[in-house]
Amino acid sequence: MSSSVPISAFLALALILFCIGLYGALTKRNTVIVLISIELMLNAVNINLVAFSKLGVAPSINGQIFALFSMAIAAAEAAIGLAILMALYRNRKTVNIDEMDTMKH
Amino acid sequence: MESAWIIPLFPLLSFLLLVLFGKRLKEASSYIAILLAFASFIYSVLVLIDRFTAPTFKSEAVWLKIGELELTVGFEVNQLNALMLVIVSLVSFLVHTYSAGYMKGDDRFSVFYSYLGLFTFSMLGLVLSPNLLQTYIFWELVGVGSFLLIGFYFYKEEAKAAAKKAFIMTRIGDVGLLIGMILLFWQVGSFEYDAIFKAVTSNEISNEMITLTAILIFIGAVGKSGQFPLHTWLPDAMEGPTPVSALIHAATMVAAGVYLVASLFPLFAASEAALMTVAVIGGITAIFAATIALTQKDIKRVLAYSTVSQLGYMMLALGSAGYVAGVFHLTTHAFFKALLFLAAGSVIHAVHTQDIEKMGGLWKKIPKTSMLFLIGTMAISGVPLLSGFFSKDEILVATWNAGHPILFILAVITAFLTAFYMFRLFFMVFSGEARERVDNVHESPSVMTIPMIVLGVLAVIAGYMNTPWFGTFLGDWLTEGNELLGHGHHEAPIWIMLVATIVSLLGIYLAWLIYGKKSIYRDWLSRRFPLAYSVSYNKWFIDELYQYTVVKLTKGFSLLLQYIEWFIVEGLVKLVQGIISSLAHFGSKVQNGQIQMYGAFAFVGLAILVVIYAVTGGYFK
Repeated sequence: MSSSVPISAFLALALILFCIGLYGALTKRNTVIVLISIELMLNAVNINLVAFSKLGVAPSINGQIFALFSMAIAAAEAAIGLAILMALYRNRKTVNIDEMDTMKH
Repeated sequence: MESAWIIPLFPLLSFLLLVLFGKRLKEASSYIAILLAFASFIYSVLVLIDRFTAPTFKSEAVWLKIGELELTVGFEVNQLNALMLVIVSLVSFLVHTYSAGYMKGDDRFSVFYSYLGLFTFSMLGLVLSPNLLQTYIFWELVGVGSFLLIGFYFYKEEAKAAAKKAFIMTRIGDVGLLIGMILLFWQVGSFEYDAIFKAVTSNEISNEMITLTAILIFIGAVGKSGQFPLHTWLPDAMEGPTPVSALIHAATMVAAGVYLVASLFPLFAASEAALMTVAVIGGITAIFAATIALTQKDIKRVLAYSTVSQLGYMMLALGSAGYVAGVFHLTTHAFFKALLFLAAGSVIHAVHTQDIEKMGGLWKKIPKTSMLFLIGTMAISGVPLLSGFFSKDEILVATWNAGHPILFILAVITAFLTAFYMFRLFFMVFSGEARERVDNVHESPSVMTIPMIVLGVLAVIAGYMNTPWFGTFLGDWLTEGNELLGHGHHEAPIWIMLVATIVSLLGIYLAWLIYGKKSIYRDWLSRRFPLAYSVSYNKWFIDELYQYTVVKLTKGFSLLLQYIEWFIVEGLVKLVQGIISSLAHFGSKVQNGQIQMYGAFAFVGLAILVVIYAVTGGYFK
């Protein structure tokens, strides 16, 4: 079974997705958006894993299994992240990430 | 003799005890110090008696091993060492005793005694050293002791300045000694005296090198023994307490230079030029210091210049191959000069001034001190039958036999001047009427007079160790078993002794005419020759000369260095500091608590690393 889509297309998609995620994570003020952006980055990685497992130099099913793991963990992580954010909102009455600067020198 | 090493340890123990417990012991500290000084004196006498029959004893242990090379420490008891041990420990013991009276009531009484202990320890250690390296260590320790004691009255500006001057001037000499020592080591491969002498006698070293090293070592002796041109520290050192002047700056430490030349005599004897240098410097110093002593008005300064002059005599003797004469004069001088200083201290103790213009007529008021001072004065002036007469005669004979007629004439003139200025001092202090009223003039306590009496007796009889009439015991013993040191006694023409006697008596007579009988007006000479008087009174302007040449030059140079320090070295330091601190400033700006900023920096950093990786091909290429 062969695919007409070359691996470089998958990698380019993953790269674009990752960059969008990174940009969002570093620039958005709203912490919810930042969390979503981080999910985007994780998914970019998942695309890479799946692409290499099918079209890589040494194709193996392991890549897709790891992608499944990664998705499950990302879901858990998003839940915890949102929970922390809720707690933070109750304390600080804000979800703006630039107001959370208590780590100053 | 095998346990002679214990001799220096007594004063060291005294030093340590007094440093630890001096504050609590107060006046009682003198008993400890005197007792320990006495112990080392007794031990030295025993060693000396032992040495009369036994051969030279030497014991060594390896100290450092560097490759094939072994440096040793140890001690040696030969004739010269044994004699010096007794002189040093005796004078030290007497000065310890005397100080109990002289320093009574001083706040830092126990500190004074601890310094005396330190000094005595180092001097005895210096005397026992069998190699140059050990000698050098003790040589510097002696300098430290001297520095501490000169600056004992550190609240006086003059004393502070004098202590610094003494230390720096002797350091100049020590540099010469150090270089000479290193050169010798380079040539011989050992610091041992024996090895050096062996190399010298078997012609392993070139003649030029012998001359060079001998002269360099002599420079060290010049510094320590206050020889021209490094003599200026010695008169200034009189700022220290008078017993210190007696011990350090008359009898022992200043004699260390003479001792060094004497103990390295075979090295000097191997080079004509080196001997000539020693003799010329000695002769010049002798007459030069004598001319200064003529006009000084401070009792201790007169004695200080006479010390310089007498040390010059000793150097002259050694330089004229008169090993015995030099050592003999060192011995007798130690006794009568220590006596003179202690007696001067007793005078100062009585009248509380050092200015001889203000003294006078003390003969009746302090008879014991006066009598003892007279003995010392007669001994140093070379009055027949006293110790100075015999040793000075030996020196004149040695100079004559060595064939230096000019130096001989200088020495004779010095003998005349010595007799004159010493009796000038004596008449001005003790005869006539008091020129200024001083109340409560009293004789010193017996703790001070008894040491002086002991020295007085020695000043009279010490000369009979070595006389042309009754036998030259000292000379024969000193040179026994060592060809290099010359003979115990030289046949001398009888007229030398006559000339010496006549010259001294003339000097005394002239001093009596001017200052005793006053038949010649005192200012008669200074009026006639104001220039000569001023030159003598101002010590030949040597201090001023140094002030305007060496000191100015050094100060100018150090100013230059200071500017370099300010603008170049400090500029560099400030530049580095500025770069670091601006970097740190930037770094601290980055720490603003914005998590996104941190993330951005982490990403940029990673990107840079990846770029570097891509360009260079990675660490494991």
